Amino acid sequence: MDDDAPVIYGLEFQARALTAQTAETDAIRFLVGTQSLKFDNQIHIIDFDDENNMINKSVLLHDAGEIWHISGSPADKAVLTTCYSKTSENRVLTCAAVWRMPPEWESGSHESPDDSSNNPQTLELLCHLDNTAHGSVACVLWEPLGDGKRVISLAENHVLLWDLQESSTKATISSTATLEGKGQLKFTAGKWSPHHNSTQLVTANDTAIRGWDLRSMSQIYCIENAHGQLVRDLDFNPNKQYYLASCGDDCKVKFWDVRHINEPVKCLEEHSHWVWSVRYNHSHDQLLLTGSSDSRVILSNMVSISSEPFGHLVDDDDLSDNEENQQEDKYTSLSLMYLRLVQYNSIHFHHFSSAQFS
Amino acid sequence: GDGDLPSATTPPDSDPTGRRRVHSMLKLYYGLNEEGTAAEQAESLDPCDINGPHFDPEVYLNKLRKDCSLCELMDHESCMVKQIRSLDSDMQTLVYENYNKFISATDTIRKMKNDFKKMEDEMDCLSANMAAITEFSARISGTLQDQHAQITKLSGVHTLLRKLQFLFELPARLNKCLELQAYAQAVSAHRRARCVLQQYSHMPSFRGIQDDCHVIMEQLAQQLRQKFRDGGSSAKDLSECVELLLQLDEPAEELCDKFLSHAQSRLEADLQGLEAELKDSAFTDTGGGSVQKTSPGSNPISPSSSSVINPFLSPTAGTDILEFIDRGCNEFVSSLCLVIASYQELFINRPQEGELASKNIPEMANGKLHVFVDTLAARYFSLVERRIQEEKGVGDNSLLVRALDRFHRRLQAITKLLPGSAVPSHGTEIVVRAARERIKQYLSALQTFYHDSLTDVRQALAAPRLAVGGASASGGGVTSKDATPSLPELLTSLSNFILNQLKSVLASVHLFTAKDITFSNKPYFKGEFCSQGVREGLVVSFIKFICQSSRQYCESAGDRGGSTPPALLLLLSRLCLDYETSTISYILTLTDEQFLVQHHTPVTPVTALCAEAREAAQKLLNHYVKVQGLIISQMLRKSVETRDWVNTIEPRNVRAVMKRVVEDTTSIDVQVGLLYEEGVRKAHSSDSSKRTFSVYSSSRQQIRYAPSYTPSAPMDTNLLSNIHKLFSERIDIFSPVEFNKVSVLTGIIKISLKTFLECVRIRTFGRYGLQQIQVDCHYLQMYLWRFVSDENLVHFLLDEIVGSAAHRCLDPSPMEQSVIEVICERG
Repeated sequence: MDDDAPVIYGLEFQARALTAQTAETDAIRFLVGTQSLKFDNQIHIIDFDDENNMINKSVLLHDAGEIWHISGSPADKAVLTTCYSKTSENRVLTCAAVWRMPPEWESGSHESPDDSSNNPQTLELLCHLDNTAHGSVACVLWEPLGDGKRVISLAENHVLLWDLQESSTKATISSTATLEGKGQLKFTAGKWSPHHNSTQLVTANDTAIRGWDLRSMSQIYCIENAHGQLVRDLDFNPNKQYYLASCGDDCKVKFWDVRHINEPVKCLEEHSHWVWSVRYNHSHDQLLLTGSSDSRVILSNMVSISSEPFGHLVDDDDLSDNEENQQEDKYTSLSLMYLRLVQYNSIHFHHFSSAQFS
Repeated sequence: GDGDLPSATTPPDSDPTGRRRVHSMLKLYYGLNEEGTAAEQAESLDPCDINGPHFDPEVYLNKLRKDCSLCELMDHESCMVKQIRSLDSDMQTLVYENYNKFISATDTIRKMKNDFKKMEDEMDCLSANMAAITEFSARISGTLQDQHAQITKLSGVHTLLRKLQFLFELPARLNKCLELQAYAQAVSAHRRARCVLQQYSHMPSFRGIQDDCHVIMEQLAQQLRQKFRDGGSSAKDLSECVELLLQLDEPAEELCDKFLSHAQSRLEADLQGLEAELKDSAFTDTGGGSVQKTSPGSNPISPSSSSVINPFLSPTAGTDILEFIDRGCNEFVSSLCLVIASYQELFINRPQEGELASKNIPEMANGKLHVFVDTLAARYFSLVERRIQEEKGVGDNSLLVRALDRFHRRLQAITKLLPGSAVPSHGTEIVVRAARERIKQYLSALQTFYHDSLTDVRQALAAPRLAVGGASASGGGVTSKDATPSLPELLTSLSNFILNQLKSVLASVHLFTAKDITFSNKPYFKGEFCSQGVREGLVVSFIKFICQSSRQYCESAGDRGGSTPPALLLLLSRLCLDYETSTISYILTLTDEQFLVQHHTPVTPVTALCAEAREAAQKLLNHYVKVQGLIISQMLRKSVETRDWVNTIEPRNVRAVMKRVVEDTTSIDVQVGLLYEEGVRKAHSSDSSKRTFSVYSSSRQQIRYAPSYTPSAPMDTNLLSNIHKLFSERIDIFSPVEFNKVSVLTGIIKISLKTFLECVRIRTFGRYGLQQIQVDCHYLQMYLWRFVSDENLVHFLLDEIVGSAAHRCLDPSPMEQSVIEVICERG
């Protein structure tokens, strides 16, 4: 892929929501949700064929509203959640719902573009994560490595743990936690830890990062002023259970050992504007991708704080991101020029594929 | 006959010429004339030469007769006659004279004959007398022969008796000597008798004497040892004592040991005195040190805190280092020298005589002395080093240098006394270590000073910031100039303080290399001290430290709580830039000149330092831009996030936050303008502040698109124009800042507007929400264009903001441009 030209895929609407299809481990597949106030929104399913350096795409209709967050079930690759905004009576509320992709989408994707475009299929609504009592939902998190029956939604200052029953057609709140404090507290990001039997959650609100124990639904640690300004995104190191990366409006990416929260383990200051997202590579945790509104995606090779701090050079890592990436240097500070959406010269989200790299 | 005539006519002696002629003729006659021999030989063959020996009268006459006329013959004959006569008279005179002489000689001889006869008689008499004397003499010697032998024998006996008497009296004499403490006499007496006594020790009487002597001498030796041990006596006494003991076969090694151990006890007393002093001063010093730590150094900017002790003042401990070293020199070193000198006098330099020579004392003694001196000196050095280490106050270096000089100078005495000793070189090492340590101390003092100065600057900045804040609220921004120092003043004063401090430190350090300091001509002080120590260790390290600490401000700031005031970042950036342009080369030139540095080892080049300073300046300025940008960003973000843009009322005013943004930008502009030059900007159009947002119309075009899911459909004009925009006019949100005002302001405004854009993109707007954004953007356009290098940039970003707001608007019906202008002009 080094010699190949970048792969560009254009969307007709702006988009802000992107995820790798978590349950899909064979293909490199991403889901993108669009944002349009006026037209029906879509979910684009993008398959990257790295042998032919080609993209195959399918479009599903998501007519509930513009999509702010998207997340795929770890158990069933046809099931996903979205956070979408709904305008009613001059009020904009962000809701969350669980959807199922129509079974035919995959076959349709290989047909001629005209077919699929003429007859876009609609997502099947499984259930709403009813949040009228709790306000706008910032994101929905699936239980990592779980059976696809538990999700968490972060709504304003509430953490809601849902149980999905009857093939995800019914969602009930099993427990909640509320962040109390001065002013209007609001979660901006969250991550369900894949470690500790999936009993921990980490959230971000304003400049603070908080860890939660899901069994007692109580806070276990809090990194006040983790960033100088708003914290935008978080990610767990997939192999080191106490290591956490965060990014925010102060242009920094910080690495934390949650056992020693007074000081970050490391701090990167490569971006010159807000860092919107941060993601670890699933299999090579020294690789870290950060996207910023300075129009840059930076791939950092953080060997010193990875689970393999001594050597084991990353071989030919197939660093496939979303629509397009460009690998400039394989081993050292890999700087990827990455345009999330050409219409926005900012990178809001990016994701490593769930598929194992060969 | 004939002779009477000439004698009558010419009396002899009357005519000198005539007499001479006669003499010569006589000489000719007797053949005496050596000059005549030649003539004789030449004329000898001529028989006609009347004077020649072969004269033949016959031939002559015949010749005359043949040759001459008669007349001539006549003349010739008369002339001849005349000559003959004269010759005759001459002859007569000569004969007469000789005759007289003969007569007188005869008389004399006769008289002598008479005298000799008398003498012979007297000689006979003498010989008779002599014979008589000889006879008498023989008779006397014959009679005296017997008595002489007797006398010789008696004399021998006498001597022997005296010797015996000496021996018998010896014990008593020795005792007496002992009583009188005339040890030298006793020893010499004993020495004289010793051999004899030894020889005749088989005889009981002698044996008794010998034993007695032994006892006494033992006693004497004991007393000597005692005296030696007491050591209170003068060096001369001591020397005598040692000499005597040596003569008494006392082992030299033991004596050396005793002498040295005795000396050691005295020297150790000195050392203990020093150590006690050290403990005292250590106690007071740590007290002083703790005071230093708690109070930061002198404060050049706010004089209020100048009363507290600063690290540039030496601690007010009991004794200063000069006194300490003085004491060490006067007590320990001089005693040590005395000991060395007297020891050498006693054991090493003494003329070697007799049996002592074989024992090779000097070598042994010298070895012992070296060990002794080395051990004691090591202890002394450790004390001195401890004292030097306590010298932490870097105020007055001259004291330390003088102390070290004295220390070093006094050790030279040991060099002279003990040529092979390692002590002086150890001393030099101590001085070198002290100098090295000193440089480190100065470096850390400079660093502390720099930090303190920065703290002061920080405090000074805090005051006007409040004032500016108050003033800017009333619309001013730069009013409080008189009350507190402005940024340029702070910069100048900071830079001057640092430079002056550095200069004074250089001056202090320079003392180490002063000509009158003994150790300044050591190779270390000539070379390494200047280049590696002062230049690299002090000056270069300090400059590097400034750059590094400046960089640290970039890293720590913006984090949790410990934020650096942006003005300080700006000030430091300018400071570093000034360092890059002039100060570094000035400082290094100054150093090189002052210390005449000859670089044997590679040193940091000026260019490398300048590059580092420039890098730091750049980083600081970048950080300044980022921090200021983020401050404004935060303001904008809060303002966008906290508002309900869907349900807002129709805009009547520019939002206050926009005014605040413009005010803050203006004050930043003023702040940066105080330290940095204007910089270049692109020429602006005549109506820069009044521009409508053209892109807004393009975003409106989107309404016309029919919904379509074909992959090719989205690549319409709108998207293409956006792609075009990205690659032609793409804005680097953070391109490197140049060292001028416009570039700095451009960076800050870029960051701020980008934030505004990002915030707008995640909100949903109602109709009036969009219109409010329009008003706000127009207001920003009116005021911000003047700050940036390229007004198109502001325009472009504001365009994007309005465009994005329109895109995110549920009911995108924009406000009329004229209304916007009216609202904005109203303020």
